[in-house]
Amino acid sequence: MAPPAKATSAPFHAQTVSLTLNGENKTLQVEPWTTLLDLLRHDLRLTGTKKGCDHGQCGACTVLIDGERMNSCLQLAIMQDGKAITTVEGLAGEGEDLHPMQAAFISHDAFQCGYCTPGQICSAVALVNEGRAKSRDDIREMMSGNICRCGAYPNIVDAIEEVLAEQQSGSRHLEAAE
Amino acid sequence: MLRNERNFGSPRDRVDGRAKVTGAAQYAAEFNAPDLLHGYVVSSTIAKGRITSIDTQKALDVPGVLKVFTHDNRPATAWFSSSYQDEVAPPGTPFRPLYDEQIYYSGQPIALVVAESFDVARYAASLVEATYEAGAHETDLKLARAAAYVPPKKRQGMKPPASKGDAMAAYAKAPLRIANDYSIANEHHNPMEPHASTVIFEAGGKLTIHDKIQGVMNTQSYVSGVFGLPASDIHVVSPFVGGGFGSGLRPQYQLFLAVMAALDLKRSVRVEMTRDQMFTFTHRPETINTVLLGADKTGRLSALRHQAVAVTSRFEDYQEVVVNWSGILYDAENKQFDYRIAKVDTYTPGDMRAPGAPLGTFAIESAMDELAYAGNIDPLELRLRNYSTRDETTNKEFTSKELRACFQLGAEKFGWSRRSPAPRSMREGRELIGWGMASGCWEAQFSKTSAKAVLTSDGRLEVGTATADIGTGTYTILTQIGADALGLDMEQVTAKLADTTLPKSPVEGGSWTAASAGTAVQMACEALKKTLLQEAQKIEGSPLADAKYEDVVFANGRIAMADDAGRSLDLSDVVRHSGQSEIEEQATAQPDSKVQAQYAAYTHSAVFVEVRVDEQLGLVRIPRIVNAVAAGRIINPKTARSQVTGGTVWGIGMALHEESLTDHNLGRFMNHNLAEYHVPANADIYDIDVIFVPEEDDKVSPIGVKGLGEIGIVATPAAIANAIFHATGKRIRELPITIDKVLREAA
Repeated sequence: MAPPAKATSAPFHAQTVSLTLNGENKTLQVEPWTTLLDLLRHDLRLTGTKKGCDHGQCGACTVLIDGERMNSCLQLAIMQDGKAITTVEGLAGEGEDLHPMQAAFISHDAFQCGYCTPGQICSAVALVNEGRAKSRDDIREMMSGNICRCGAYPNIVDAIEEVLAEQQSGSRHLEAAE
Repeated sequence: MLRNERNFGSPRDRVDGRAKVTGAAQYAAEFNAPDLLHGYVVSSTIAKGRITSIDTQKALDVPGVLKVFTHDNRPATAWFSSSYQDEVAPPGTPFRPLYDEQIYYSGQPIALVVAESFDVARYAASLVEATYEAGAHETDLKLARAAAYVPPKKRQGMKPPASKGDAMAAYAKAPLRIANDYSIANEHHNPMEPHASTVIFEAGGKLTIHDKIQGVMNTQSYVSGVFGLPASDIHVVSPFVGGGFGSGLRPQYQLFLAVMAALDLKRSVRVEMTRDQMFTFTHRPETINTVLLGADKTGRLSALRHQAVAVTSRFEDYQEVVVNWSGILYDAENKQFDYRIAKVDTYTPGDMRAPGAPLGTFAIESAMDELAYAGNIDPLELRLRNYSTRDETTNKEFTSKELRACFQLGAEKFGWSRRSPAPRSMREGRELIGWGMASGCWEAQFSKTSAKAVLTSDGRLEVGTATADIGTGTYTILTQIGADALGLDMEQVTAKLADTTLPKSPVEGGSWTAASAGTAVQMACEALKKTLLQEAQKIEGSPLADAKYEDVVFANGRIAMADDAGRSLDLSDVVRHSGQSEIEEQATAQPDSKVQAQYAAYTHSAVFVEVRVDEQLGLVRIPRIVNAVAAGRIINPKTARSQVTGGTVWGIGMALHEESLTDHNLGRFMNHNLAEYHVPANADIYDIDVIFVPEEDDKVSPIGVKGLGEIGIVATPAAIANAIFHATGKRIRELPITIDKVLREAA
């Protein structure tokens, strides 16, 4: 029996999408129903972004879209034309220095199994950039879209608090220099 | 045993940390193969009955679909259900996917659609139409318990303790009496990584399998038994497991389906479960405890009766230890234990973090709290008055038991002495404040495990065993042990796990891995060191020619005379001179049967909890918990603390959130997603203070380690329920303690 035609053929029409992925320009053919998460994991083999529920309920698939944290399972790939997407792989390449948030997650043991970790880290990077979190309670509240079944929450809060404090003291230095 | 402990006992970052924070760590569904096919599971919509027809044509018509497997066309697999047994299977006849038209539970896999892409498989699966002849199902334990029975065949070591005296007569005469039911809802494990298997079909029909499993040997022997392949043709490699908590102890149906499809189509196949399918195999069984306590006026127990009934499936007698914990924690002149199971139409329950222990402990430690109030005795003092000094359930001495120190250090840290005893006596703003405590234990097990230690010519050490690291820190602690043994830096040591080509290990579970794999690695390293010395002595003009093993030290990558560092050899030179590319030794650690016959080994904990309850909204917050644990020696205080913190978070989930709600009309778990099945989120968790109480134990395992995976959860739910009583005056005996129960009028 001849192998059936590839699913990507007619009657469905793949669309062309151009986006920036971890700093690289990409032009991709995507099906209208493919989520950004499946595009990353299946088509582009960027498996650092995790599928935990596929329903926007767990946060394991969090990526940065134009700097904002988003559940990539709730984003269709076709909607990403012109967007800049950063996944966990884009925070530090092989052999490169870790992003301060990644380093803080290691030093505070802010994970166990590691499956929710890329999503937690992307979410935490965006949280710091948002500039809204001022306290541990704020961090807890604003990180509650990312479930960690291993229960590493206190360490996650510690890690983020440290990066937040470094960033704040860093920006104070900047102000002083001006 | 020689101890050079630069790393053992010191906090160390996880050696797999970088892989996990960069996304480089590969989990079961993330391995790839050329022309990989994707399988998508179709689940049954009834709980009991039979499939009368199953129409797959519409699915087959979708371009890209290769085949739809159902019971009608399932390729031949093992005939006998015993061939489907696995290392962790309870007594019974294991579920056989797509075996025939019978439906045993809602969500049972009834078809696998295999296609060239995931999207196509998922779409085509929605087109498969089954018709059923439904039978009458029962999923309600409250009704099924009428037919509860004592399991005729026990899981190993799972017998309730023997009775003594006349518990009912002593209870009748006791001045202080407590008798109540305590129940715990069904729960689902819900590791963040859904179960998945990627089966790579290789030339000659050999398989490489990346399975979400807590023990690769179990996957290998299951696939061998079911599909009749020699073990040598099945290579299982699962370096990272995205959480298990027991759900990955037994091979699950996605493995069967992926292997079946790969062998039939002679192609590589991946099957990933959806989150809702994560509710279609194994769960913590709903359990109802009945506890009866009788005590004199000082609170000294004279009668203790603990009975429990839990659900199991129609096809297997799943069992766990529920009632024994009462008898381990407390002794009474008159006691009686009884554990029964009742069949319902669900999948077989399975081990879930500290299986049985938090259920029985919730019951006994709630009852003890009630007894404390009945006798106007401080709950901590009551426990000290009934403190067991030997394990009456097995009639053995404890290898060690520092629970008293847990009580003392935990209470000090928490500030227990400042507690105002009366319920509803502490308040701040609109919140009632409650302080509660409980204690618990978990068996410190030790399982036969083999390991290897290899020194390469560049002076690096590799240690390995087939067990898994499911987030527990196994890679890291084995690296620490190896580094200490050979006197190397941790950076010079690599730990290899979860590969069937490595020396044998049981599944990772039961908190036995640190003690068992740790000892095995230590022994393999000791054997390697002896061999290295022998090789060093063969070198012409060796400065160690006449050295005895006791007289040398391994440090900084060299073997040296302990009393003369000048006489030494570089380890990499020793390997090079041996004429081999590397030197390997293996060792097997197993429990000492003489010690086991005489002693019982448990990890202990004392948990102190503060709750704040908004009485108008029924909201419960837990601003702080102190969990004081006695678990022997702690290899890595950093990862160990994370283990206990995680267990404590699980205890909060069991106490306040987690419940798989069943619609008994449909016989189905209804909240099969992470929005409706609540696990604790970050905002639910405040300060968790873990204390490791010093505990020396030279009997529990050669390295003095007891294990930590379970103990964190064990006493936490009871301590929370007790704190809620102290805050509100309401005794809630059904977990989880949801808002509706807090708002309910006091019984």
